[in-house]
Amino acid sequence: MSSGRCAACRYLRRKCTEDCILSPYFPSNNPQRFVSVHRIYGASNVSKLLLRLPIHVRAEAADSLYFEAQCRLEDPVHGCVGLVFMLQQQIQAAESQLVKTRVQIAVMKSQAQHPQPREAESSFNNPFLRHFDNDANLSFSNQISSGFI
Amino acid sequence: MRSQESRSTSSCAACKLLKRRCTPNCIFAPHFRSDEPKKFAKVHKVFGASNVSKILIEVPEEQREDTVNSLAYEAEARLRDPVYGCIGDIALLQRKMIQLQHDLALARARLSLYAATDSAGISNTDSDQFCTAALGEFPVACGGGFMDSFSQTSYEVNQDTHMYDFSQIPYI
Repeated sequence: MSSGRCAACRYLRRKCTEDCILSPYFPSNNPQRFVSVHRIYGASNVSKLLLRLPIHVRAEAADSLYFEAQCRLEDPVHGCVGLVFMLQQQIQAAESQLVKTRVQIAVMKSQAQHPQPREAESSFNNPFLRHFDNDANLSFSNQISSGFI
Repeated sequence: MRSQESRSTSSCAACKLLKRRCTPNCIFAPHFRSDEPKKFAKVHKVFGASNVSKILIEVPEEQREDTVNSLAYEAEARLRDPVYGCIGDIALLQRKMIQLQHDLALARARLSLYAATDSAGISNTDSDQFCTAALGEFPVACGGGFMDSFSQTSYEVNQDTHMYDFSQIPYI
């Protein structure tokens, strides 16, 4: 019995040849890595994909396939696309915060340049900040933020 | 419901591509309509019909549409970028998030400076100059160490890090 088989050939119960496309990226000491990738993509698809790539990027490709396969196994509905959505939401929240902060700066700058009798610093009294209490009206905020910082 | 329309006598996109008879309980039919052949073609090319079928069988029926859409997204990303696939998109979003966090920190620091100079009763001209100086030259009065961390652009911040670190979950 061949003792030098890669994880892929061991799993597929086949002879691991010297030019096995999968063996550099699915070593025998990490069988789970190939199992994950095979469950989602299939050995044939993985082989075809790697064969189409230059040798120097195949390791990265195998890593990314493994990562995506793991994400899909953990979350069969969304896979790694769930991370994309989460990041998009975080970016949206951060953009909203940034706009709000820039508006506050603009207000303070304006107040510093044109001092008025002090009132309570509540957004209720501040027409600019009132728009951003609910992180709403971003198109309005975009117009303001374009001129500052 | 679209699923009602697809359960007609015509084959779904999957069965058309696979050249087989589309049965009434075809698992692909509700999600790969015959007028969207490219969607299934991409998914099939990356994952294979058999694997897609196994994934769909494992998820509840009401979540299959979302599953198919995410598979289609991943397949498209992988065909567009065979090396990194969807991970490339995630990395781009992460970089954008880092940039935003950097900008937000700067803005908050600036707001704090304005608030501080305002409460200190510094004159209009002086406060503006003070803030500009603080952000540009990191004077000790503004906590140079704190401001120093924002002297780097997010591009510089990312130079030392490996672009795609698959060992970490890319949560921020």
